[in-house]
Amino acid sequence: MSDITTWICTGCALLCEDIQVYAANGRVEKVEHACMMGKSRVTGCKHIAKPMVDHTEVTIDKAISKAAHILKNADNPVLYGWGNSTSQAQIAGIELARVLNAVIDSTSSFCQGITINEILQGQMPSCTLEDVREKADVILYWGADPMSSHPRHLSKYSYFPRGDMRQHGYEEDRKAIAIDVRQSRTARICKDMFYRIPPGSDLEFMKALLDALDGKVPKLSFDLDIKRLLELATLLKQCEFGVIFAGLGLVYSIKEDIQILSGLISKLNELSNFSLIPMVGHFNMRGFNHNLFNETGYIHRVKFTDKGPVSGIEFSIIEQLKGNADAILIIGSDPLASLPGALSKRIEDIPLILIDPCENLTTKAADVTIPCKASGIEEGGTAYRMDGEIIELSPFVQSKGMSDEMIIQRIIKEIN
Amino acid sequence: MTSAMEIYQLLPKTNCKECNESTCMAFAVALLSGSRQYTECPPLIKDDKYHNSRIKLEEILKPIRGAEETGLIVHEELCSGCGNCVVACPVNVANDPHGSGRGFGPTNDKVIFRVIDGKVKAANIEECRRFGKNRIMCNACIDPCPTEAIEFV
Repeated sequence: MSDITTWICTGCALLCEDIQVYAANGRVEKVEHACMMGKSRVTGCKHIAKPMVDHTEVTIDKAISKAAHILKNADNPVLYGWGNSTSQAQIAGIELARVLNAVIDSTSSFCQGITINEILQGQMPSCTLEDVREKADVILYWGADPMSSHPRHLSKYSYFPRGDMRQHGYEEDRKAIAIDVRQSRTARICKDMFYRIPPGSDLEFMKALLDALDGKVPKLSFDLDIKRLLELATLLKQCEFGVIFAGLGLVYSIKEDIQILSGLISKLNELSNFSLIPMVGHFNMRGFNHNLFNETGYIHRVKFTDKGPVSGIEFSIIEQLKGNADAILIIGSDPLASLPGALSKRIEDIPLILIDPCENLTTKAADVTIPCKASGIEEGGTAYRMDGEIIELSPFVQSKGMSDEMIIQRIIKEIN
Repeated sequence: MTSAMEIYQLLPKTNCKECNESTCMAFAVALLSGSRQYTECPPLIKDDKYHNSRIKLEEILKPIRGAEETGLIVHEELCSGCGNCVVACPVNVANDPHGSGRGFGPTNDKVIFRVIDGKVKAANIEECRRFGKNRIMCNACIDPCPTEAIEFV
């Protein structure tokens, strides 16, 4: 007989709360309502990580002692990852960085950090995904393809559901718009409301859109019918509750130049009502930004010093790897599979400690591997959804391992 | 989506009537509807020159055999489990307005589409608007599918 559990999915930052997991003797037999990403997350690792030091299996205590030894003896240790950790583990990680006077950074450093910073600084209006479901009539996916990155985004929140104020759902009450460099899966759903722009031209498109909103004739250096741009401006002006989902395409294109995007949102709010939600990938990547902001006033790229925390581009994971990082602790991330080759090589060259439930490409290069429980499955805690809502996770598997929070607390204890 | 013309091109096109259909095109339509099997065409089976056609027919007719009475096919290998069809299907919305209709997983068994193990599964197919006497050409599940995993034959 299977036990049926309602599970909060930790497959992505949507944190879907309606997943039904049928499990018998700790083994998952059936998963209902989860997408492929959620199903893959709940079924667990292909290969479970083992405690290792210098590629030899050891006890977890030895692995933790070795990790503490490496970090304590490093001049410039870096703590990185955190997107797949609970808020409790992230707060413990910030404490570890404080103890070590270390640099702490997350994947948001080259991801949604700049948009989340604007929201946390109160410079950019945001809303919850429930607001989107109940109220949104114009939904703009900019440089984002949720149909690939967050499969249930459109069906659960942003386009297809019938909301309190959008009873006719997508057929009559909602308009979905995609701005992208290619016809993504999401763009296909948006049909004739898809605006294809050349790579890197988002700022130019934004300026042209601002002109159109001001009633000026917009100019574009690339081939796009100006009439369509004017139609878009009219649609944005007339909406009752608009939301922009900013994807990595937009963030990478505007680089650190967030002012024009902020300007566009301000302009839209003079004319109608618009919010922005960043398309956060990992289930608690936004949580790291919130937790670090609460502790230090900065969202990422932080270095703890005797005088207190400081932040700057020089403390980003990329600059640290190019520069003087001499030990790195990676938690819940697989940078060797995601970072460019030159940076991955640099990670391999310095003492590398990895805390992760699964074996991955980075475990193969790690000097110390410490296996932890899978957050949200074997271990509870809280996480921040992509819209900044705090969600209590619902673990359903009992296991004997240590959570990532416990491991970090043990490392702190050994260092002290 | 496989068309009758596509099937016809793989048949002998001699209108020999050995299958008891009036033309090869009529036989192609019968194959598409699932009421006949390509093995019921004697020349196609006997003559070796149709070897490649037989292989191709086997390949393109395979999904049709799995089709429901309304002609619904779910290509599970393409499905990402996004649930767009679950929320967009008017039968799901009517039978489960506070579950599927609002974007959640279905809360009862009266729905046509639900996602199980990351793939959409169809049930209660007699409820489909394409079924029965008053059927209409409803496209509500096909249209929102980003991967073209759903089709009607």
